[in-house]
Amino acid sequence: LKAVVLGGTSGMGRSIARRLAARGDAVFLLGNEPEELKRSAADLSARHPERASVGHAPCDLEQPQGFAAALDAADTALGRFDTVIITAAMFASQAELEHNRELMRRLVTVNYAHTVLFCEFVRERLLARGGGHLTVFSSVAGDRGRKPVGIYGSSKAGLSVYLEALDHRYHAQGLNVLCVKPGFVKTAMTAGLKPPPFAGEPDQVAADVLAAMDRKRPLLYTPRMWALVMFVIRLLPRFVMRKIGF
Amino acid sequence: MIAKTSLEPESADLEAAPERLVSALPRAEAPGQLSGWGRIPAPGRELTNERFEALTRGATLARGLGRSYGDSSLPALPSDKVVSSVLADRVLGFDTQAGVLRAEAGLSLAAVNRLVVPQGWFPPVTPGTKFVTLGGMVASDVHGKNHHIAGCFGGHVRELRLRLADDSLISCSPSQHADLFWASVGGMGLLGHILEVEFQLSRIASPWIWMESERIGNIDEYLAAFARTATEWPMTMGWIDCVSGGSALGRGILMAGRWATPEEAHRQPPRPPRERKFPFDLPNWVCNPLTVRAFNTAYYYRHVPRKKRGVVSPDIFFYPLDAILEWNRGYGSRGFTQYQCVLPRAAGAGAVREFLVEVTRLGGASPACVIKDCGPEGQGLLSFPLEGTSIAIDMAVTSDTQRIVDRLNDFVVAAGGRIYLTKDRFTRAEHYRAMEPRLPRFQAARDKWDPARRLRSAQSVRLLGDRA
Repeated sequence: LKAVVLGGTSGMGRSIARRLAARGDAVFLLGNEPEELKRSAADLSARHPERASVGHAPCDLEQPQGFAAALDAADTALGRFDTVIITAAMFASQAELEHNRELMRRLVTVNYAHTVLFCEFVRERLLARGGGHLTVFSSVAGDRGRKPVGIYGSSKAGLSVYLEALDHRYHAQGLNVLCVKPGFVKTAMTAGLKPPPFAGEPDQVAADVLAAMDRKRPLLYTPRMWALVMFVIRLLPRFVMRKIGF
Repeated sequence: MIAKTSLEPESADLEAAPERLVSALPRAEAPGQLSGWGRIPAPGRELTNERFEALTRGATLARGLGRSYGDSSLPALPSDKVVSSVLADRVLGFDTQAGVLRAEAGLSLAAVNRLVVPQGWFPPVTPGTKFVTLGGMVASDVHGKNHHIAGCFGGHVRELRLRLADDSLISCSPSQHADLFWASVGGMGLLGHILEVEFQLSRIASPWIWMESERIGNIDEYLAAFARTATEWPMTMGWIDCVSGGSALGRGILMAGRWATPEEAHRQPPRPPRERKFPFDLPNWVCNPLTVRAFNTAYYYRHVPRKKRGVVSPDIFFYPLDAILEWNRGYGSRGFTQYQCVLPRAAGAGAVREFLVEVTRLGGASPACVIKDCGPEGQGLLSFPLEGTSIAIDMAVTSDTQRIVDRLNDFVVAAGGRIYLTKDRFTRAEHYRAMEPRLPRFQAARDKWDPARRLRSAQSVRLLGDRA
């Protein structure tokens, strides 16, 4: 693959970029922190001294006017990419979002509107070159309106529906859309929370994501246990959801 | 309040919001507690983030994988800002021709080996576990089976990047801010938070080890065998039976190794080792004098013939215990400690024998006892090894442990030896001062770089008189 990773400097994005590079795929990093991009690109290059070095360009989901230039840079470096993976997003607790209106506006805009906009730029390019992979990290939080992640979850719910529609609409034209819904994964984002028994490791998520892309799956719950957990949660009647804190 | 905003879900924007805590690392400790490998916890929490450099701002202590046994990586106060480097694991440069590696401090030795062995390189010095970070290897100035020829890890470090106590960033090396550099090497992270490490690798002839192991009848034979093998073998160490006395005092199995030549080596590179997890805490009574004696006797006589030789993988040779993840649970929930000291050659072979007599008399030893001849002292101001014999003894913690450590420390002080801070949890400050004539120089370096003693650990409070 010739893969662009937006958000590949940390967490699950870092693990995915490492796994792609390890199996010989070409990687290009996009992100909003120049120093982090430089260091992560150096890391991927140094881990595979026999291969071409990994390039990077700035791209901030809060700045949609930069999307085209970022994808141009990726195209130039990779010679027309065929894969785009987006792990970047904003996260904040429900309490903080309710308290801070400006933060809420930014989060909903970035996670939904600007991510969809970025995907549209990607869709256009991939369809023009006969298809490819578009893999986007949504969240299990978007499956149901839940007390602790209402606002964040709603931004991911919108994204999940968009990705599903994109798959239905363009699958026949060769666009492989994968919507990833991670459950509890041990990253800096979840550090400090008590991990449930089936908490995942970023590297395991990365392996699952690459396997799902190879099999051209449209939807992935990872760790796999979360498919079952969310199946049950989706079936719960609303009077139960009002009672429980999940 | 735990909240954060960031464009990447797995990371916090440090300017905008507080960081989160790691609770998910493979360490058996309750929430709100931290512990070293010996599993004696202290209240505290650690923060982690990929942006480790920014995270270290205002921190009093940085830690890595938590493999130091005692309280070196534990906070002086529960409210101290302790930061974990484990997510700072990026390789920043690898010169495959010159064998120079530069990486963030949280990169593990296991990851280093996976990267450099296929290119024909190996770390110049490796401790007995690969689950340590580069930052921890510098802070402990680790030594290995090749100490008698290669010295400590710090001697192969070319440059460090540190966050100092006043929050400024600085690079140091043997030629640039050399005083800071040599105080940081073996300095237990008390001079500055180690952010990046650049070091020189060693060429290897193949990715396999040629090993010879030999059953040794007693301690006098042991010391003679070390003297003999040191000139022939680049890597030596021995397991020692620390409960048998009399004519069998100090019997054990001596292991010597070198990198196999391409002709001796197997055609295929070694396969990654199979790792098993220790499934639960063994009950505390399992490790007792009777079971230890039975285990040691069986282990000693299982080594047949008396002398064995052959090609083994580096993982089996360097890291035999790493095959069982979380093996520290074998000592039960009470936790354990390791007493490691080095007795100077000048004290003579008699001192080693008397030390072992003292160990068997005091009791408390577990099957895990290791002996190694050390080469000359390194330049790190608090670096552990000195020319002589190092002995390391694991002990399950009991009400008797403090007394045993005190008695052994009396002996070590009298013999002119010293203990290894990385393993220590029970030494008293007066003993430490008595065995460490270099301490005033180390404290002078701290006076210069951290006069307010902002960087501190539970251990530095206990041994160096830092305020809590």
